[in-house]
Amino acid sequence: MASNSQSASDARVPSASSTSFTSSSPGSLPLLTGLWAVFAKEVRTELRTRELLVTTAVFALTIVFMFSFSFDPTSEESRRIGPGLLWIAFLFAGTLMLEPAFLREQSNDTLAALRLAPIAPTAILLGKMLANFLFLSITEALLVPVFAVFYNVSVASVLPGIILVCLLGTLGIVIPGTIFSAVTAHARMRELLLPLLLLPIFTPILIAATEATAALLSDPPEWPAMALRLLAGADIIFLTAAVFLFDSLLEE
Amino acid sequence: MSPNRILWLVVKLIAALWMAAAGYAIFFVAPDESTMHAIQRIFYIHVSSAWTAGVAFFLVAVGGVLYLIKRDPRYDWAGLSAAETGFVFTTVVLVTGPIWAKPIWGIWWTWDPRLTSTFVLWLMYAAYLLLGTLVDDKQRRSVLRSVYGIFAFINVPLVFMTIRWWRGQHPSPVIAGAQPGSGLDPTMKAVLFLTWGATLCLFAVLMRSRYRLEVIRGETEELRQLAEDSAVAPASNRPFVSAVTPTGFAGRG
Repeated sequence: MASNSQSASDARVPSASSTSFTSSSPGSLPLLTGLWAVFAKEVRTELRTRELLVTTAVFALTIVFMFSFSFDPTSEESRRIGPGLLWIAFLFAGTLMLEPAFLREQSNDTLAALRLAPIAPTAILLGKMLANFLFLSITEALLVPVFAVFYNVSVASVLPGIILVCLLGTLGIVIPGTIFSAVTAHARMRELLLPLLLLPIFTPILIAATEATAALLSDPPEWPAMALRLLAGADIIFLTAAVFLFDSLLEE
Repeated sequence: MSPNRILWLVVKLIAALWMAAAGYAIFFVAPDESTMHAIQRIFYIHVSSAWTAGVAFFLVAVGGVLYLIKRDPRYDWAGLSAAETGFVFTTVVLVTGPIWAKPIWGIWWTWDPRLTSTFVLWLMYAAYLLLGTLVDDKQRRSVLRSVYGIFAFINVPLVFMTIRWWRGQHPSPVIAGAQPGSGLDPTMKAVLFLTWGATLCLFAVLMRSRYRLEVIRGETEELRQLAEDSAVAPASNRPFVSAVTPTGFAGRG
């Protein structure tokens, strides 16, 4: 038992020092300024190469294309199976895209610099989340019209609803995704581990988003009030947990 | 024998007796169900295992929160033990369910929201258990596990909501949220709670021995580290070891 308490105190020492270091001191920037700085940095980095966006978009497109072989893509069938297909594509694309969010900080150890900057850890998390949200939303904006054309469903008349479902669903993907991309950055087999961790967590999002999209695409369209409420609720719950947990993830 | 060991021996004995009593009650005390007959008796095992798994996963989340606050590895070990035991009970739920479903529904499995969400729970805690094996750094592993345990537990209420909202084939709740007119016979209810008590007792015994294993593992890991450190004196002379040691999250770990 003596050795246990020994290791416990060992574990506490570095974390205590880093908490005092990263917690908002009088000189630190306001949360929104820090958040914006991290977000702008992410977007700038991505715009230099655009590799993440292009790869994810092509990957998602490939999934949507491959799905056409798994069922008869007539209008009737598409309305039935399409929403689930679309959201599976988004989930896979999202998991793939979230992988490098923290990984690309590793090569030059730039996360250390981020942590040294006078911004709260929450600002780093929210900035990264916002950037991931933007990237995934762009992919979805590209994918939805392609899906509508390929699978013969009309989205134009219910576009505001589809956009709302996409925004809420994307938030639900990005919030846990950013958290777990931060933690798995050091794991072995992280390329496999991240989807393994994330996909079950996404289940409520997948169910609700699929239900909502199916209701909107049905003939005549229905307003999916319940599914939207569940999505919004899940987003809020995930975000609250993320904000509370992230401080402990960044300290070492 | 230390008093602690005697206490746990007594607990084990109580668990064994309690389980025997529950087994007797399930087959000889509980009344026969009017339409399902004998197969309905699996309900007691099924439901009490599900509730026990719920308790276990709650303890995983509590252990996670306590670990993140206090940074004492013992909370993480307790969480891990609860997760592994809860995983076993969820497996029992997933096995007894289809055994009941085949004669009653005519199928082994249906993608009903509740069945699906139980399966998701099982997958999440399988991921939780795998995750510990894939992270080498002791402290990072504990943090990751705690965070995932909390996140997975947050999904549990969402799981419960799905049955209410996208109602499927699963029998309606008979205890909490039961509709008037449906419900459980008082004797059946008593047998159910008796079985749940036995299951909880078994859970405590299993979790405790799993926890002790983790304590021993933690001590072994520390001793091995100590032996390694004293065998090779200066760390700078160990290029290989420092190369495989993961650099800190921020490079200063």
